[in-house]
Amino acid sequence: MSQSNTSPGADLTEVVHASVVNDTLREALSTGGEFAEVFVEDKASSSAYLDDGRVEELTSGRDRGAGIRVVVGETTGFAHTADLTPEGLATAARAAAAAARSGGGGVRTVAMPDTPYRSLRPVRIDPSGVDKADKVALLRHADEVARSRSGSITQVSAGYADSRRRILVANSDGNFATDEVVRTMFNVSCVASGDTGMQTGRESIGHTIGFELFDRYDVAELAERAAERALTKLAARPAPSGQLPVVIGSGGGGVLFHEACGHGLEADLVAKGASVFAGRTGELVASPLVTLVDDGTMAGEWGNFGIDDEGNPAQRNVLIEDGVLTDYMWDVLRARKEGRRRSGNGRRQSYQHLPMVRMTNTYLLAGDGDPNDIISSTPHGVYVAHLGGGQVNTATGDFVFGMSEAYLIEDGQITEPLREGNLIGNGPEVLARIDAVANDFAMGPPGTCGKDGQGVPVGDGVPTLRVEALTIGGTAA
Amino acid sequence: MPEPIDPADTQRLLDIADAVVGRASSTEQVEAVVVADRGCEVRVYDGEVESLSSADTAGIGVRVIDGGRQGFAWAGTLDPDAVEAVLAEARDNLRFASVDEYAGLAEPDGVVPASLELYRSEVAAMPTADKVALALELERATLAADRRMTGIESAEYADSVVAAAVVSTTGIRASSAESACWLSVYSLAGDADTTQTGFGFSLGRHPGVLDPSVAAADAARRATRMLGAVRPSTGRTTLVLDPWVTAQVLEVVGSMLSGEAVAKGRSPFAARLGESIASPMVTLVDDPTNPDAFSASAADAEGIATRRNALIDEGVLKMFVHNATSARRAGVSTTGSAVRRGFRGVPGVGCQALALRPGTSSQAELVGALDDAILIADVAGLHSGVNPVSGDLSVGAEGLRIRDGAPAEPLREFTIASTLQRILTDIEAVGNDLEWLPMGAAGVSLVVRDVTVSGE
Repeated sequence: MSQSNTSPGADLTEVVHASVVNDTLREALSTGGEFAEVFVEDKASSSAYLDDGRVEELTSGRDRGAGIRVVVGETTGFAHTADLTPEGLATAARAAAAAARSGGGGVRTVAMPDTPYRSLRPVRIDPSGVDKADKVALLRHADEVARSRSGSITQVSAGYADSRRRILVANSDGNFATDEVVRTMFNVSCVASGDTGMQTGRESIGHTIGFELFDRYDVAELAERAAERALTKLAARPAPSGQLPVVIGSGGGGVLFHEACGHGLEADLVAKGASVFAGRTGELVASPLVTLVDDGTMAGEWGNFGIDDEGNPAQRNVLIEDGVLTDYMWDVLRARKEGRRRSGNGRRQSYQHLPMVRMTNTYLLAGDGDPNDIISSTPHGVYVAHLGGGQVNTATGDFVFGMSEAYLIEDGQITEPLREGNLIGNGPEVLARIDAVANDFAMGPPGTCGKDGQGVPVGDGVPTLRVEALTIGGTAA
Repeated sequence: MPEPIDPADTQRLLDIADAVVGRASSTEQVEAVVVADRGCEVRVYDGEVESLSSADTAGIGVRVIDGGRQGFAWAGTLDPDAVEAVLAEARDNLRFASVDEYAGLAEPDGVVPASLELYRSEVAAMPTADKVALALELERATLAADRRMTGIESAEYADSVVAAAVVSTTGIRASSAESACWLSVYSLAGDADTTQTGFGFSLGRHPGVLDPSVAAADAARRATRMLGAVRPSTGRTTLVLDPWVTAQVLEVVGSMLSGEAVAKGRSPFAARLGESIASPMVTLVDDPTNPDAFSASAADAEGIATRRNALIDEGVLKMFVHNATSARRAGVSTTGSAVRRGFRGVPGVGCQALALRPGTSSQAELVGALDDAILIADVAGLHSGVNPVSGDLSVGAEGLRIRDGAPAEPLREFTIASTLQRILTDIEAVGNDLEWLPMGAAGVSLVVRDVTVSGE
């Protein structure tokens, strides 16, 4: 929804002026405290959804407001407001300060630069300027293509969504920065029906770019792949149970690493002893074939941004190098406490949430193996072409992840398709059991990572790799 | 900028919705949903307040239908300019939607809404210091509950007061206010070799019912009983599902009984009305008018009175749930089952307060009757391992071996797999331990035979 003071492309400092930001920080620290922060967000989103052959609705949404936090001793006070006037911000600042309690400390001066660090990453085609009819046409095209693939495709849904999120972050440590991230995504889901019941196939694409997404990808191809996945599974047999070697296909999704160790390397969980990786930096925690990177700078990828939600530039951080744990991921609070440099991993769902340590784009570096050799050297196992979501208990290291497209490997050949299910393993054990990594790295589809009730966009990627034994959650003997 | 809305002030929400709906043209149907939410969260760690957050949010969603086309828009503010823009945007959006002969807002059906007391003023009146004290006591009690407790991942007190109003040109005018508060703790227990985790909670509509000792005892019991856990061997076995697990499975079953899923060919139960789809032990009801349910509500997301819907009677599928659109399409009446994500979405169809009819045996009695089985205490990966279209189910699990009628060693890092269709027919017993949980279903102990366990 257009509002006069937020024309497209306008920097958020035109909505909340630097002097107001400065005054708000001063107000936040007026009763004491070590740290104060103002986070302003303006997010506009639009989406269109087709189901059952009809464009059911188009939706537009707008969220705008500010979250203010004040740290006094060990306590963070937080308040947010949708009122971006100087008075509204001051009220929220006082509420945050009151929440943090007056620690009795002296009043801190705020050293804020006059002008913000501006992260400028322009998109080629601003989605908000694209005719809604063009977005709807993509949905119809995907629907037609998927249905024409086979008479067994009995239902199709397709979704288009774009968003523009502008943020401004300023804190009493002197960070002052703005950023704008445009995201565009598309997905297709198909139902195939046959004698064996119904099966589903889904494909999605998403990048931190504009409508030029559709110059890079053909929605028809996406629709065909989704339809093909559902059709393939009609003939699928139950997945095996018990432990088997598992080969994960290139670009099928890095959710394995996201769950097996990503969350466990978040400094907030580490600090509370809620991670099996606590106290293990410098140690061998994985097979020497594993070099794992978390990289918020990867242009265009789903977890990409210019600055994190605490005002620090995105960074490329090597978490595990040749199997050795090099570092955890950090947010401002943990980094301050440990006297560490920040790693650009402080993220939040919206201005209504406190930031915490989060992943960005997490991926395994390519090795030098040939993907075909990895499969042909596996006498009996499971090939997972496409991973679903996952979940981890970071304290025990036990994690699950789904396989949404998988096949049996028999005598070194990919053979029959398997029905869906989860795989389960223990992070450190699985990392140690990675015995092959290929040279065919690819990023996977866009994801949303949930932690503590907050969802943030993340990316992941892997080359073809093999885990010598993982527990497959199927029903077959 | 107006003052923040007092969520107990539903009249103000109705006024805002009325004003939008009053702008409808003669050919338009317009529906406005206005929601205000005020909440507080206190997290403690190591005897200190880690964070104290206060939340005050409000927003509006507007749906416009004209000529069979539907458009929608929302904004996370009730600023008059933004509300104006939302209506304009919803109107613009509908121009690009398909014509749907079944599109249309809900119309009052004469069912009188249940009289539910879901709002208690004590939540808003509670001093912050009391909230902090409760959270600190929760952490202290959890750590003191057992000498093997080694820490907590989080301990919190939180509350919310939510008010909503729905008004439409078709004569809908409903409002509600509800309060909730809860204590929750995620705990760590350790021995020489391993760490295990547990959780506990206590919740209600006012602080008087909160009991930190109950949450602490649960969190300690769940974590300590898992110490020394091993992996079970692979094979088929009988399971006893803890109420916490049963409730999560019921929510998935409920989604398969949505009239929208049925109409769009996404439910494996679509053609099974009147047939036996479950064990005769299974009688499943969705009743949001039950005040014991934390998800209770007198009106659904379209402002239609909720009602008791008997979905499965002694194993026989009796009905699907509907909102106005899915009902029109199926040629039936709405069942008051419209659900939506606050003001940010259009209504879908879903169950709201599911419960199985309880049996007569306690969990201990159910366990006592089994020679060799597994008690499933918790599951993981429901979103990645359960497909409500195919019915395939495969989830990570942890629990306790049952040997000779008694709980034995703890088990972890295994999966359980079957299909939801089979699980329903393989239910051998329903416990008498029905409890409402913080989700859209009540839990009860359930004995399910012949489920595949994948482990060692």
